[in-house]
Amino acid sequence: MSTFLTEEPTLVNDAAVSTRLSSLDTLESEAIHIIREVVAEFEKPALLFSGGKDSVVMLHLATKAFWPGKVPFPVLHVDTGHNFPEVIDFRDRTVERLGLKLVVGSVQEFIDRGELAERADGTRNPLQTVPLLDAIQSNKFDAVFGGGRRDEDKARAKERILSLRDEFGQWDPRNQRPELWNLYNGRHTVGQHVRAFPISNWTELDVWRYIERENIELPGLYYAHDREVFARDGMWRAVGEVSQPRPDEEVITKTVRYRTVGDMSCTGAVESAAATVRDVVIEVAASTITERGATRADDRISEAAMEDRKKDGYF
Amino acid sequence: MSTEIDTARAAALLDEAPLKDATLFRFATAGSVDDGKSTLVGRLLHDSKAILADQLDAVARTSADRGFGGSAGGIDLALLTDGLRAEREQGITIDVAYRYFATDRRSFILADCPGHVQYTKNTVTGASTADAVVVLIDARKGVLEQTRRHLSVLQLLRVAHVIVAVNKIDLVDFSESVFREIEADVQKVGRELGLGSDGIADLLVVPVSALDGDNVVERSERTPWYTGPALLEVLETLPAADELESHLESFRFPVQLVVRPQGALAPDAIAGGLDVEKYRDYRAYAGQITEGSVKVGDEVSVLTPGQAPRTTTVTGIDFAGAELTEAVAPQSVAIRLADEFDVARGDTIAAAGTVRESSADLYAALCWLSPKPLREGAKVLVKHGTRTVQALVRSVSGKLDLATFNLEGASSLELNDIGHAQLRLAAPLPLENYLHHRRTGAFLVIDPLDGNTLAAGLVKDHPGDHEDERYSI
Repeated sequence: MSTFLTEEPTLVNDAAVSTRLSSLDTLESEAIHIIREVVAEFEKPALLFSGGKDSVVMLHLATKAFWPGKVPFPVLHVDTGHNFPEVIDFRDRTVERLGLKLVVGSVQEFIDRGELAERADGTRNPLQTVPLLDAIQSNKFDAVFGGGRRDEDKARAKERILSLRDEFGQWDPRNQRPELWNLYNGRHTVGQHVRAFPISNWTELDVWRYIERENIELPGLYYAHDREVFARDGMWRAVGEVSQPRPDEEVITKTVRYRTVGDMSCTGAVESAAATVRDVVIEVAASTITERGATRADDRISEAAMEDRKKDGYF
Repeated sequence: MSTEIDTARAAALLDEAPLKDATLFRFATAGSVDDGKSTLVGRLLHDSKAILADQLDAVARTSADRGFGGSAGGIDLALLTDGLRAEREQGITIDVAYRYFATDRRSFILADCPGHVQYTKNTVTGASTADAVVVLIDARKGVLEQTRRHLSVLQLLRVAHVIVAVNKIDLVDFSESVFREIEADVQKVGRELGLGSDGIADLLVVPVSALDGDNVVERSERTPWYTGPALLEVLETLPAADELESHLESFRFPVQLVVRPQGALAPDAIAGGLDVEKYRDYRAYAGQITEGSVKVGDEVSVLTPGQAPRTTTVTGIDFAGAELTEAVAPQSVAIRLADEFDVARGDTIAAAGTVRESSADLYAALCWLSPKPLREGAKVLVKHGTRTVQALVRSVSGKLDLATFNLEGASSLELNDIGHAQLRLAAPLPLENYLHHRRTGAFLVIDPLDGNTLAAGLVKDHPGDHEDERYSI
């Protein structure tokens, strides 16, 4: 499946004068430096882990940062209750393999207790904020690693690698600390916490090339498979318990894959024959649609959708 | 709904070696409000095909809504870099935004720095990690006071390459004489500052039209008198800062943490066949090489604040199970040493004999980034490398007039001021002159009350030491 697996960094003769790291090795080193800084400077970090490719890459980087020791922090998953079963299974296997502690914040439990209300459109992604903040507060996490990347979105393009959040988990884009050199300032007061984004500078293609190079396992739905789908909002939706076609929506079987694996109620598949990681790397390199635009209904609500959710404490 | 495949582009990107071996290059843009910076950035992204179809559609819709009728198919390229809703509503840019694009030679990280009143804060932030900075000038206006300020900040931050893009060259009818005059003015300012004169920084001037794309990605036929490379070609071929520093400076490695798993070895490593006996007493120092390179067998000094440097030998360089023989900046690795010293976070490992004793007296240039002014007698925190210590501001000895490069008397620093101060540290630090060490000569000044970053600090030599004239601000 993987065409090459490199353990040794790739040294590149960029100019006659000296040897330089490849772009991917530079990004990997930067991410590991950030992960180690956060672990050294914070009391109780945790890593947001959904089983999605960015969080899987984050966890892989953490294993490399502390090798041969264990990853020294727990992973946190906000379960919408509408996750793909194979992704939950992947999550559990990964946690078991690495000997990690898993903390789960459950959207369903909040709905059952009447502390959250189901939205009219059935989408649960925006509902993750409350259980996320609850898990951060009740576990006293002072730093939370996320797999957010600046190339994903206009709001993320302006967010710091260490992003301070107030007592309500809110991000204030107008009042961010300048981030200078590789000196990260993670100081915070009681009640505040910091979101850390070590792969801020990676693009979607970097992530996929890294997955290929490092031979990283992902949930199977990232690769082409046959699935019963129906068209809605200009994307293919899987037929499932929480994602039922309306009478006028025809169900057909298509060869599809997912570019993101969020909540089933709002994550769409793309038609694709990319069955291996190499196929996906080529497809991503050639794609003319960004991943969020192609597959996330919730980001289409308004141009400022992500900005609004981040201000409210979203990832 | 289906993923459209542009096979030509995929082939160009993935055709064996180029993408695999592409290196990373970081650059920033700086400019005044109306000199077309957003358009230039949009043009670079658009012409290097970093803008995807759905982003372009969204921008085209907005351009049409606003009745934009310019070139590029009626698309206002400046909108490609429009960020937050608050910015769109007010028509301003709030903060540094990061953009990504790649050619078959390099991957680029662009720090797009807004040019309004907070220019010093934003330019310092963007330039601190940049290999190069592109400064925009409007060809109709030439070198302004703002240009001098920008160049002054870049000289102070010791950015390796400064590229001045003389924009809107179409609006002066592609006039060579206008360009040559501006070019001469820029070089004159550069000489006054010492830019391009010491073999480290260089200063290039390129005529461009961001709106029409002349000399941005492709060389333009409308400027036949300009024989130099287009802006993107310049960015593709300049050596990165790490590369320039690797043979000027010696190995530096601030220790981030000690990797000492004792019993807690990673289960996946054990499952993968890790020799548990071998790693039972494993001890290594994790960090990122900030400058230079290191080999197994090298003699190194361990700098612990308050102690004389201790010399030992590198016995191993580990990276996630791979035993390396050599590592270079900016690799993150774990280093094993021959002697069982007590080494901790905050210590620095450096090439033996290349560092001087730690010092508690800190002389520095400070770029003040906070609305809360600096006063003499203030208590602050200094973060240097992987160590944070308390510090007392003993004196402020002046601030730089960025337009004239003169030092004015001052006893306090306000937001966006750059000044000269002396601090007394609660514990000594292995300080090095920023002029020679862009990482170990840099520090943050932090507010102990709310934790906010107050200033970017550049270590100067102590008075009496050999001091570079350009730093005697």
